[in-house]
Amino acid sequence: MNVHEFQAKHLFAQFGVPVPRGKEITSPEAATAWAGELNTPVFVVKAQIHAGGRGKAGGVKITKDKAAVAGFAKELIGKTLVTHQTGPKGRQVHRLLMEEGANIAKELYLSILVDRDTGWPTFIASTEGGMEIEEVAAKTPEKIIKEPVDPAVGFQGYNGRNIAFALGLSNIEPTVVNPFIKMLGNLYRLFMEKNCALVEINPLIITKEKTVVALDGKVSFDDNGLFKHEDVQTMRDLNEEEPLEIEATANNLNYVKLDGNIGCMVNGAGLAMATMDVIKLAGSEPANFLDVGGGATKETVAAGFRILLKDPNVKGIFINIFGGIVRCERIAHGVIEAAKEVKISVPLVVRLQGTNAEEGRKLLAESGLKLDVADDLWEAAQKIVKLTGKAA
Amino acid sequence: MSILVNKNTRVVVQGITGKEGSFHATQCKAYGTKVVAGVTPGKAGQEVEGIPVFNTVADAVKKTEVDTSLIFVPPPFCADAILEAADAGIKLVICITEGIPVNDMVKVKRALRGRDVRLIGPNCPGVITVDEAKIGIMPGFIHKKGVVGVVSRSGTLTYEAVHQLSTLGLGETTCVGIGGDPVNGTGFVDVLPLFEKDQETQAIVMIGEIGGDAEEKAAEFIKKNVKKPVISFIAGITAPPGRRMGHAGAIISGGKGTATEKMKSLEAAGVTVVKNPAEIGQAVKKALGR
Repeated sequence: MNVHEFQAKHLFAQFGVPVPRGKEITSPEAATAWAGELNTPVFVVKAQIHAGGRGKAGGVKITKDKAAVAGFAKELIGKTLVTHQTGPKGRQVHRLLMEEGANIAKELYLSILVDRDTGWPTFIASTEGGMEIEEVAAKTPEKIIKEPVDPAVGFQGYNGRNIAFALGLSNIEPTVVNPFIKMLGNLYRLFMEKNCALVEINPLIITKEKTVVALDGKVSFDDNGLFKHEDVQTMRDLNEEEPLEIEATANNLNYVKLDGNIGCMVNGAGLAMATMDVIKLAGSEPANFLDVGGGATKETVAAGFRILLKDPNVKGIFINIFGGIVRCERIAHGVIEAAKEVKISVPLVVRLQGTNAEEGRKLLAESGLKLDVADDLWEAAQKIVKLTGKAA
Repeated sequence: MSILVNKNTRVVVQGITGKEGSFHATQCKAYGTKVVAGVTPGKAGQEVEGIPVFNTVADAVKKTEVDTSLIFVPPPFCADAILEAADAGIKLVICITEGIPVNDMVKVKRALRGRDVRLIGPNCPGVITVDEAKIGIMPGFIHKKGVVGVVSRSGTLTYEAVHQLSTLGLGETTCVGIGGDPVNGTGFVDVLPLFEKDQETQAIVMIGEIGGDAEEKAAEFIKKNVKKPVISFIAGITAPPGRRMGHAGAIISGGKGTATEKMKSLEAAGVTVVKNPAEIGQAVKKALGR
């Protein structure tokens, strides 16, 4: 789960990571009021959406004029921002972060995530702050500093010193070395205690006043750890999520919307991906990833149908079930029940294999439903592609 | 011969009185696996289909000499359950549970380092040695005794591959699901040498997916150490970057972990990479010259 910058900065402040004074703003009036309280020479107004590249898209305004903030707020709230991370549809802005400006002496990059190779939480730091870190890693890999932290003992001073000296902080500004190391320890605590998947600060700045400040902040959480943190759960912003994906989650389905026109419903994540791949090989494009999971029931299948059919791009549906724990006849019942409820107006191919597959296929064939039954994966994929025509 | 588990493996099922635990303990036993104990704290003295239940893994080890554990404990308590098994002297821990927080697994993996215990999973279908022991949730009947070792990050996609191998009459030796989580106990590089050494295994099927670099690491290992033919399929060539495809570990992040990249590394290591998941079995058949 991702959260907004202002929420990330709340967490930073809670954990002792310095951030600019700022506040979440949802109206021009509130912007004016907060500008009065903020009392700073420079005001920064930042659109809050779950995507990077906001600055280039016009989502960040900087002004010395207190009277101008209301105008910026009016302009940004309700505006749709298109950045390299939002896709062509863009994201509508519902809220802003308004904060004091900073005097930047040096911009750094800092993040922490679990290195999948070692299984250790690892800091990534670079002197190239403010840049896309993937680009830095590709062009100048020597400028990427990695510092793994032993989870058995947690963050140690030497981890911090390794990073600080590798960044050359002692040459840039020796007085910030200790506060910087302390901040790293706090970030590690935030990362572990709140079950984060990623904490990223880009840029982390050294100010002309010789302080270290997180000028930006991105935090995403491990969905599997959310049950431990009620405070984090309340940060979820449904405006930032695909409505069909929200509906899927509410039904315990794993759904990701894609751009093709063959809807697929599969049990198991790996097979669901393989099904998408095979649709492409057969000459079309998948409309989604949908894993109905190991415990698929009539209800989940019906919910799956409703979600698939709500996507106007879907021109055909491919159900691919390999029965293990899931019994195929149960899926067949689900399809039949769901078809009574939801009008299925597009071609449907059902491929059942594994536990009770034959029984399931028989049920479907005798149901009177208009559908094709298959037992082989490749044959089924070719069938649905043929029935829907090539991808548009 | 086989790898990891065989007809002598003695299994304790942790979480045996739960819905999943009792169902699968029964299924495993019916397959012929020596499921000799179960653990659910506070339920000692009960039985599940004739399998005695203990309060702790330590008790189960003492009374029934189990060496392998199969875990169905819910995610919030699962790290605890894995560590309990390891501390009780269990040598092989197979964890089926999906949804364990990554940071819990970070601590578990660190705690198991350097100890004489292997963790398989979590978020995996388990391990089966055909006609000897099924320690997991895979449907036993699709397997057929044969010559192919299977190692995979996926569940149902593995069943798909196994089904093809069985239908073509090639059959399997042992199938190992290493799981779809970003931090797991056993990787491809841990299983590949076991198959390479196993005399019955003549070819290896390796099923990977987007995310991480386990397949790239495997490619490096295969190039240097594996003489047997390896046939691979990587799921997710159509997956968009930045989106988690079901499995917690199946995500392309920062341009890394794409299916194309993985296929390239594997091909460079001499692995037969199959683009169509429906052709895994045929590719193995061809590689074995049958």
